[in-house]
Amino acid sequence: MDLLLFGIPALVAIIGAIAMLLSRNAVHSALYLLLNFAAIAVLYLLLQAPFLFATQLIVYAGAIIVLFLFVVMLLGAERDEETTHANPWQNRGAFVGGILLLVELCMLYVRNPGTIPVSVDMNNGFAAPAEVAKALFTTHLLPFEIASFVLLTALIGVVVLHQRRS
Amino acid sequence: MVSTLMYVALSAFLFVIGVLGVTLRKSALMVFMSVELMLNAANLALVAFANQWKSVDAQIMVFFVITIAAAEVAVGLALLVMIFRRKKTTDIDLMNTLRG
Repeated sequence: MDLLLFGIPALVAIIGAIAMLLSRNAVHSALYLLLNFAAIAVLYLLLQAPFLFATQLIVYAGAIIVLFLFVVMLLGAERDEETTHANPWQNRGAFVGGILLLVELCMLYVRNPGTIPVSVDMNNGFAAPAEVAKALFTTHLLPFEIASFVLLTALIGVVVLHQRRS
Repeated sequence: MVSTLMYVALSAFLFVIGVLGVTLRKSALMVFMSVELMLNAANLALVAFANQWKSVDAQIMVFFVITIAAAEVAVGLALLVMIFRRKKTTDIDLMNTLRG
């Protein structure tokens, strides 16, 4: 049952990611990315992170995807892109590099089996939203304030970038 | 019982797809989406580890990653729109100068 609950969103996430990679139309890619984000949100729920589940849906699946779709349609970039790179070896190199990276990441965990215990106890709510808020506003208060400053900086930066120069 | 290892393996797989997206696709928009995919893969691994150790700190980390990702997307897409206005393209092979 647990395996099924994990397997379905995992499969959806992988399908969404691959379809995003292969889709030639940028609007389709953004929608497949939305599918991937939603599947990952379900996995957060399985990992007992209800607060991050909501944040993922609101910020990623909501705000960021809408921003992407808006820019894709604003730029008219939804038409097909060319597939040939300026460097003819880039496609083959990317596949070889990707496979090497995947093998390396897997080897890290295969070679050090002791570092990740393989059974997870799933029956306590250590990350209820109240607990997250408590940690966020006590231990991690300074990073929280810095994050708000970063968001303000991004806001001002975007406004300055799109100012009309007279 | 699903092990943390499986979540981490899924995270690694999604990360590699993101890397492939950055290297294979030519549209700057697609590169951006692939970067978001990689950030999500890293977040998934962090949440899996948070569940493993029953510690909320890694989830706080994910919260900050999401915040920074939102700021990054806003600024990045604004830059992209500016570049598109000047060059009339989103092809990253044609964005090869620092001056406009």
